[in-house]
Amino acid sequence: MVLTRSSKKAPKPQTPPVKNLSKAQTPPLSKAEKPQTLTSKKGAKSQKKPPLKKQKKDVVVEEEEVSDVESEEIDESDDGEKGSNGFFSDDDGEELLGDDFLEGSGDEEEVLSSDSDSDSDEDDIQKESEAIDRAKAKEEEDADAELLDFNKEAGPEEHETFRLPTQEELEEEARGPPDLPLLQSRIKEIVRALSNFNVLRPKGASRKECVEQLKTDLASYYGYNSFLIGALFELFPPVELMEIIEAFEKQRPTSIRTNTLKTRRRDLADVLLNRGVNLDPLSKWSKVGLVVYDSQVPIGATPEYLAGYYMLQGASSFLPVMALAPKENERIVDVAAAPGGKTTYVAALMKNTGLIFANEMKVPRLKSLTANLHRMGVTNTIVCNYDGRELPKVLGERSVDRVLLDAPCSGTGVISKDESVKTSKSLEDIKRFAHLQKQLLLAAIDLVDATSKTGGYIVYSTCSLMVAENEAVIDYALKKRNVQLVKTGLDFGQDGYRRFREHRFHPSLKQTKRFYPHVHNMDGFFVAKLKKMSNMKQASEDDDEAVETVEQADVSSDDDEEAEAMEEMEKLSVPSKQPKENKERLAKSKEKKKGKKDGKSKSINVERKPKKKRSDWKKEIAQAREEKRRAMRENSKGKQ
Amino acid sequence: MRPLDENETTVVFEKIFKFVGNNLKNIVENPSHEGPEPEAGRYCFRLQRNRVFYVSESLVKRATNISRKNLISLGTCIGKYTHAGSFHLTIMSLNLLAANAKHKVWLKPTSEMSFLYGNHVLKGGLGRITDSIVPGDGVVVFSMSDVPLGFGIAAKSTQDCRKLDPNGIVVLHQADIGEYLRDEDEL
Repeated sequence: MVLTRSSKKAPKPQTPPVKNLSKAQTPPLSKAEKPQTLTSKKGAKSQKKPPLKKQKKDVVVEEEEVSDVESEEIDESDDGEKGSNGFFSDDDGEELLGDDFLEGSGDEEEVLSSDSDSDSDEDDIQKESEAIDRAKAKEEEDADAELLDFNKEAGPEEHETFRLPTQEELEEEARGPPDLPLLQSRIKEIVRALSNFNVLRPKGASRKECVEQLKTDLASYYGYNSFLIGALFELFPPVELMEIIEAFEKQRPTSIRTNTLKTRRRDLADVLLNRGVNLDPLSKWSKVGLVVYDSQVPIGATPEYLAGYYMLQGASSFLPVMALAPKENERIVDVAAAPGGKTTYVAALMKNTGLIFANEMKVPRLKSLTANLHRMGVTNTIVCNYDGRELPKVLGERSVDRVLLDAPCSGTGVISKDESVKTSKSLEDIKRFAHLQKQLLLAAIDLVDATSKTGGYIVYSTCSLMVAENEAVIDYALKKRNVQLVKTGLDFGQDGYRRFREHRFHPSLKQTKRFYPHVHNMDGFFVAKLKKMSNMKQASEDDDEAVETVEQADVSSDDDEEAEAMEEMEKLSVPSKQPKENKERLAKSKEKKKGKKDGKSKSINVERKPKKKRSDWKKEIAQAREEKRRAMRENSKGKQ
Repeated sequence: MRPLDENETTVVFEKIFKFVGNNLKNIVENPSHEGPEPEAGRYCFRLQRNRVFYVSESLVKRATNISRKNLISLGTCIGKYTHAGSFHLTIMSLNLLAANAKHKVWLKPTSEMSFLYGNHVLKGGLGRITDSIVPGDGVVVFSMSDVPLGFGIAAKSTQDCRKLDPNGIVVLHQADIGEYLRDEDEL
């Protein structure tokens, strides 16, 4: 406060006229006695008054001089802390203050005698309040300036001591075991610097050097390999990166899911509370979830658990099943079912009606899957042991209503459960997973019957944060099959990326959802819900191949025409409750193929097609399309 | 996967009859809502890899696509054949048995855990017991809150139980739900 006061100090006024004035103001003191006492106790308030008075523009010069004098006096009092008592005992000074507090208005009354009393009062109050506002604003500005000053002062001071370590220092560090406190402080410093780089940059260091040093420090402090740190760095800004890395170090809360086939959440909660388990409902978006804070008995070994009343399941695993929303009497496939948490949830939602195919590729995991199914009392499930990519051949294409694909992934979202992911994943692993996921997703799409009355949905989910395993896979499926993204039905969570670094995805990818441990307090997760529009494939039958060849391009052009013809027939034959929607869907899919509105896909299609026969095809296709378009327009006009 | 032949069917039914008595009819003729058809189908028994499954017909129809070595489980597994050729009911049949059991026993809370560890039921742990139990009958064991815990064979009749000293065995343990944790590999 001293600083502000000094900056506000106006040039020292002449003393003589002030004294005269002060003497003149003494008589009305009697009024001001009460405020005197107030001001004597509330030293701060009294200090505020003089600057207020200074800022009054229409204030009489004499007043300013008076206030200046007082500010001087009060400054003196501030400088001598104990002396303030002495100052306040100085009645004259106090009286002056007291005078000014009330006398300011009084002075104005005397001066502006032409105005009526009430007006001047209001004016005074208004002016006072304005003055107070201005004072506050100025104080805030000054406070900010001080803070910046502090930063600058503290910053450069610390930065003079903080700079990026030189080569020799790094070598020295590398010689012994990593010095954890030093690493931690350096990490904090660099993150702070990166957050406001223009102001806080350390001397002689580029942004890139800071980033590199931060990555190495994070990798050695938290135990990550350099690839994973780099990948996380691409996804998050430095401050959020710190949050998520800290979140990965801790466990997410244990949660359980009530088995609605056997009991209700309320009853289960009562029973478990009796056993000494401290629990709460999970959150408002789940009616079956409970979170366990602590427990006197092992939560995975209670008689209720063994009797199948609940299942230990992470909160994020509820989400794909909630997105899938299976209905009774449907046929569902769970492509990667073990250990069975999601499968049992699906069965519970279906109330043991309908049919579930639970598929799992790895034999050792089948036992836990079967055991969980039996324990939870699920009777409508067939367990089989296939590679997910073979399922369309085995079960038949277009044979089921919904598919849940919780794809095998790198597990970068569940680092808190499995620390080995920090060091074991590399770029090749991610690419391999992405390739496998694309194949599985195409197989899953082929399993679904688009004309199913109640279904036609595929839910794709992973427990990974990498864009290559999430948005890229969905984007690939959008191009290769006639599917569309729809709302997941989860009203929380962050939207998926529409573009990321050099990738540009289909705009509908905004409807996918991402979940983070540091934001939602559950494992990192990605959920996407696709609706199959029609049973025609856009690519060739060989859907295992991710690369298109010349033959495929041939077939695709033929398929286009056939597909359009088929779609028209389907459109007429399928009882269209919403003819508009059908038309829109058709129009959309057509546009997709034509690449008219969706310029991105067109460009990519064009890139993929070989350039040899392009010109010929283009003409044929364009002609065919124009004819079809005319026919469509006539049809639609006719219908309307 | 194949249907059970005559001998196997008789053996299985005999074992189940010990537990459920006349309710066996219910089990066999229970209308099932599984499968995508809205009409209820019926249940049947199938043998796959030495395990007997109690499964709805509509599931069976659709499982025929799956080849023998890839089919792991259908519906509910109720028991398995040992190498020697005898049939044992496994814990996975508990839900089915508990719903139709004729002879029941309720355990006191203090002795629940003991039974779940695989021990026999002692007289001291007995809370309630249904009447007209004959030695050799199948008995389903419940906790006092009607949670099914397992099943076994009665060692004594109800009358004899009353005269028994607290350490006498009432029910010989055959299967309990603790096996889901203890014997995961066996299942």
